[in-house]
Amino acid sequence: MNVNLKINGVAYSVPKNATILDACKAASIHIPTLCYLKDINAIGACRLCLVEVKGARSMVASCVAPVNEGMEIFTNTPQVRRARKLNLELILSDHDKSCLSCVRNKSCELQKYCVEYGVTDENYFKGKTNEFSKDESTLSIVRDNNKCILCRRCVAACKVTQNVGVIGANDRGFDTHIGCAFEKDLSDSPCILCGQCIVVCPTGALSERDQTDEVLEAIADKSKHALVCTAPSVRATLGECFGNEPGTDVEGKMVAALRRIGFEGVFNMNLTADLTILEEAHELIERIQNGGKLPLITSCSPGWIKFCEHYYPEFVENLSSCKSPQQMFGAIAKTYYAQKMGWNPEDIIFVSVIPCTAKKFEVKRDGQSAAGVYDVDYAITTRELGKMIERSGISFNSLPDEDFDNPFQLGSGAGAIFGATGGVMEAALRTAAEAILNKPLEAVDFTEVRGVEGVKKATYRIGDLELKVAVASGTSNAAELLDLVKSGEEEFHFIEIMACPGGCVNGGGQPTQPSYVRNYVPLKELRAAVLYNADKNLGIRKSHENPQVIEIYEEFLGNPGSHKAHDILHTHYIKRGK
Amino acid sequence: MKKKLTTVVFNGTKEQELKLLKVIEKYKDIKGSTMPILQEAQEIYGYLPIEVQRIVSDETGIPLEEIYGIVSFYSQFSLNPKGKYAISVCLGTACYVKGSGEILNKISEILGIPQGGSSADGKYSIEATRCIGACGLAPVLTVNDDVYGRLTKDDVAGILSKYTI
Repeated sequence: MNVNLKINGVAYSVPKNATILDACKAASIHIPTLCYLKDINAIGACRLCLVEVKGARSMVASCVAPVNEGMEIFTNTPQVRRARKLNLELILSDHDKSCLSCVRNKSCELQKYCVEYGVTDENYFKGKTNEFSKDESTLSIVRDNNKCILCRRCVAACKVTQNVGVIGANDRGFDTHIGCAFEKDLSDSPCILCGQCIVVCPTGALSERDQTDEVLEAIADKSKHALVCTAPSVRATLGECFGNEPGTDVEGKMVAALRRIGFEGVFNMNLTADLTILEEAHELIERIQNGGKLPLITSCSPGWIKFCEHYYPEFVENLSSCKSPQQMFGAIAKTYYAQKMGWNPEDIIFVSVIPCTAKKFEVKRDGQSAAGVYDVDYAITTRELGKMIERSGISFNSLPDEDFDNPFQLGSGAGAIFGATGGVMEAALRTAAEAILNKPLEAVDFTEVRGVEGVKKATYRIGDLELKVAVASGTSNAAELLDLVKSGEEEFHFIEIMACPGGCVNGGGQPTQPSYVRNYVPLKELRAAVLYNADKNLGIRKSHENPQVIEIYEEFLGNPGSHKAHDILHTHYIKRGK
Repeated sequence: MKKKLTTVVFNGTKEQELKLLKVIEKYKDIKGSTMPILQEAQEIYGYLPIEVQRIVSDETGIPLEEIYGIVSFYSQFSLNPKGKYAISVCLGTACYVKGSGEILNKISEILGIPQGGSSADGKYSIEATRCIGACGLAPVLTVNDDVYGRLTKDDVAGILSKYTI
């Protein structure tokens, strides 16, 4: 059912359940929003989306106002422009305006609208201001409430998207601020460090712990060997930091940039994604055949691991003991590769570039130091890599395409799709099915587990085995799935969980996109398509056929699940309270 | 401004906890019952410290932060226990124009605790109240059931010295 209305005098027909904001979007009119996030945060708080409606008593917030038959909407009157500008000036009256040194300078949504609406006097309203101390208590996330505009997008991401809810609005009126219960630091709360709050923040109130300078310093130390590897999804998003459309594959340029930054070895984490699959598929088969704890649940996503440890500790034994691909890489670099090169593991600085903020925490976990030193020294986000490239004076878009370095150059198609929800499952199925059947698999596409839905379930017949699998992304979806398992309502052999909705392509360390992109562009799908295209076009599509992985087993580890593999590639978890 | 949180040691009893659990049970299937649960919890304990809020959170499944957000929003909820000597200063219009704000500040200064707070030993608590209907005596303060009127800030120290044991 549609209704007829007029926007700025032009007639349109829009769905009956649309908001004025939706209707304007369909009419190619851009309405500024600072608080609105589709599906999770429609609260009409920022008052930037105000429009005039004929006959209405006052201006209406278009993000929460439904359309009506015969409505006449005006989006571009002097009154509307004045009201939006006034509201921006009011927000600025209690905002830390040190934009030049702000992490979100040039990508801040507040800054953008101040320019658009002609805010020329940033101190138009002078008065009392709040002074908050920064929360830098965690290894991953930094909160600076002096930059916060109380839009509550982070609160919605934490509570609605992730079912975590460790941050919220405290106190009232002028004292209102976003924080944890009883004003505790974030590190004292059961935060999973997924970083979904950061990617939805319109300003610089939330950011990752920035380690770019530390890494650049480490590279400059020539007494050390600085090695880097990049996670599967980084090549699908890094281009966005340099003005490329979402869904641009920049693998070659990314490698070229890392080499020019000065890394001695630039490696492909898709390879250790393959390594993870060999270990995990072996673990799955062993648990099925020997009556081990089922369902086996994947352990690649450190945000998910922390969620499990805090909120579903009864499933800790279900977690795969495999380290994540990042940690496996660091471990292999500081054992196998160090041995091969005749280096002391202490002289290696191992950096991983990841789409994730929780990985900064994972690096410092217990049981992540195969060579007696931390497997990984620095985990930096896609955003930090973007900054490092800029700071190094590299014109990213005009770089040539280059290949990763040997002996860790190759990843299979299975390794490539690790960065999207369902990818780890599909990769594992390709290897596990072949191992169970003991013959090559003809069809390697397990399309049932693809796509961005929050929970996916499938049953596959492999020989005599009816393998039941499920995939969840976003921890609120994970909670929904785990509740089904807990109640005994459903049974599975194997579950893949990624903490971020859509998987790593939408990770908390990925480039920020403003709400008008997040709300209307299918970011997850576009970014994931890069990975599935790579998979389709790669000659090797199964992890166990990756010749460089085979080489690592032949030269060093022995077989998947061997004693040595366990020492180096596996870890343990703990039960944490809420 | 972040709220000053109590440093008074929690000493809730098993009996109080059972009472609270009964309250939560009563509201189990009623939507939007967080407010009445918290109100009754405050009736049971006199205030809502983290220990009490955590019970409510664990039993209802509502994140602790959301509960704290509600408690810190509404001025009817208290995060601090009432002291052995509960001092209330009237900030109603008549008292306020007669300088009760200064009196409140003076008490805060002498006892070293902010408005809405309580001393670590649980002896004193200070709160600001609305008009208590004694405008003829403005400005007015009360300590438990004792009423003091027509005050200046110089009277404060003398009054407090009566409540030291």
